[in-house]
Amino acid sequence: MSSVPRFWRSIGSRYNLEGTRCKECGEYFYPPRNFCVNCRRIGHIEPYKFKGTGEIISYTIIHTAAEGFEDQTPYTLAIIQLDEGPRLTSQVVGDPENIHIGMRVRSVFRKLGEDGERGMIYYGTKFVPAES
Amino acid sequence: MRDVAIIGVKNTKFGELWGKSLRDIVVEAGAGALEDAGVGGKEIDSLYVGNMSGGRFIDQEHIGALIADYSGLSKNLHVPATRVEAACASGGLALRQAIMAVASGYNDIVIAAGAEKMTDVGSEEASSALAAAADREWEGMTGATFPGIYAMIARLHMHRYGTTSEQLAEVAVKNHKNGSSNPIAQYKNRITVDDVLNSIMVADPLHIFDCSPITDGASSVVLAPADIAHKYTDTPIYIRATAQASDTIALHDRRDITTLDATVVAAQRAYSMAKLRPEDIDLVEVHDCFTIAEICAIEDLGFAEKGKGGIVTANGETAIGGRIPVNTSGGLKACGHPVGATGIKQAVEIVTQLRGEAGKRQVEGAEYGMTHNVGGSGATAVVHIFSRER
Repeated sequence: MSSVPRFWRSIGSRYNLEGTRCKECGEYFYPPRNFCVNCRRIGHIEPYKFKGTGEIISYTIIHTAAEGFEDQTPYTLAIIQLDEGPRLTSQVVGDPENIHIGMRVRSVFRKLGEDGERGMIYYGTKFVPAES
Repeated sequence: MRDVAIIGVKNTKFGELWGKSLRDIVVEAGAGALEDAGVGGKEIDSLYVGNMSGGRFIDQEHIGALIADYSGLSKNLHVPATRVEAACASGGLALRQAIMAVASGYNDIVIAAGAEKMTDVGSEEASSALAAAADREWEGMTGATFPGIYAMIARLHMHRYGTTSEQLAEVAVKNHKNGSSNPIAQYKNRITVDDVLNSIMVADPLHIFDCSPITDGASSVVLAPADIAHKYTDTPIYIRATAQASDTIALHDRRDITTLDATVVAAQRAYSMAKLRPEDIDLVEVHDCFTIAEICAIEDLGFAEKGKGGIVTANGETAIGGRIPVNTSGGLKACGHPVGATGIKQAVEIVTQLRGEAGKRQVEGAEYGMTHNVGGSGATAVVHIFSRER
């Protein structure tokens, strides 16, 4: 992942699911957007902290890892729709065998990865299965 | 706007070309296309080159200038050269820029080239460079890989429509069969469904044989106004439509995970411009970076009902001799996928087919051909339609 400022400046969103919402049209944005895709210049963006609950839209079990995630394989990556509406890409913690489309999940704070043995350790949000 | 024709084409060999540099292969493709067209350097008005990631693959930017220089178009002729980047759709967009330059009347003779030199770095670094076509901050930083993103498209397609791993594998089997009769193809070996299903899992449900390879290669075409095309060649191939569309950079933000709306819209625009329908098209080169991508492409371009792409493929309808031959070149899967070159290679294949020069993989009597080139997981799509008659 390598860039410290690039990660650091979005820590609020990565640690706490802080996104945004447009007061004009009511749409929620996570990952956060500071320019409403619907209202564009007349939009009015404000911060919004997501509840962190949602469901799995689709998923994959990654066997050949992305750079920096090599020691985590196999890991489950999913597109999750938050209850407020927006979708995001995140890892799902737990036995890959039990993951399924439509599964309810909730967000948890976890280590994401690291830049080698001496590099920065990255933390952020993953999801775990939630009892409905 | 003026009608535009392709008067010359050339592909280099696609594969692991360890003995050749980026500049070597682009010059080979460019000079070959000019020779095919019978065009001299002084006639060239401009050059567009599609290249995704010279910066990551060979630590070189300013690719347009480099290519013009080593093609002998800089020092004496000072031909303007422009690099075009849209990830894996860079080649298709370079072609589109070149078409617009000729159609507008700004230029007459224009080269559209595409090239990528991917094997100067290891496969991990190459994969990381390719992952930059997705949203690095909100896909890549969560551990997403490119196969992983397409695997999520595949998973939902299977869940919703009943598409099977066997049907995905049929795409690779067909494209390897087509590639076996393409002299430039990276892979000329035939494979079976079992070969695909028994290959290692990269991102479930995609196996390594569901994925296109890492490839070096370059392709080039020469364009001219249709009115003067016969001055250069007896077999000009005409551009009937050029269309492009955008969608969200991240897969998770799409209206529908199993549909590439950019493809749907680019295709609608292309059909409308050409005044043609899907059933008029005789063959198509689609962007099969993964087997699921070909399934989605034939649906989104209108050659199969949504959800039926797998069945149509397994039935042989997309094979040579079938209802709509798809990826006669071998596609990205077997011919190879030098990302910046792919969009131009697709055009070279269609021109070769419409000229009737495709040998064992010839689609008999082909009048209309289409190319479909995608950037990332579908944030850019570009569609071209070509015809044998003006």
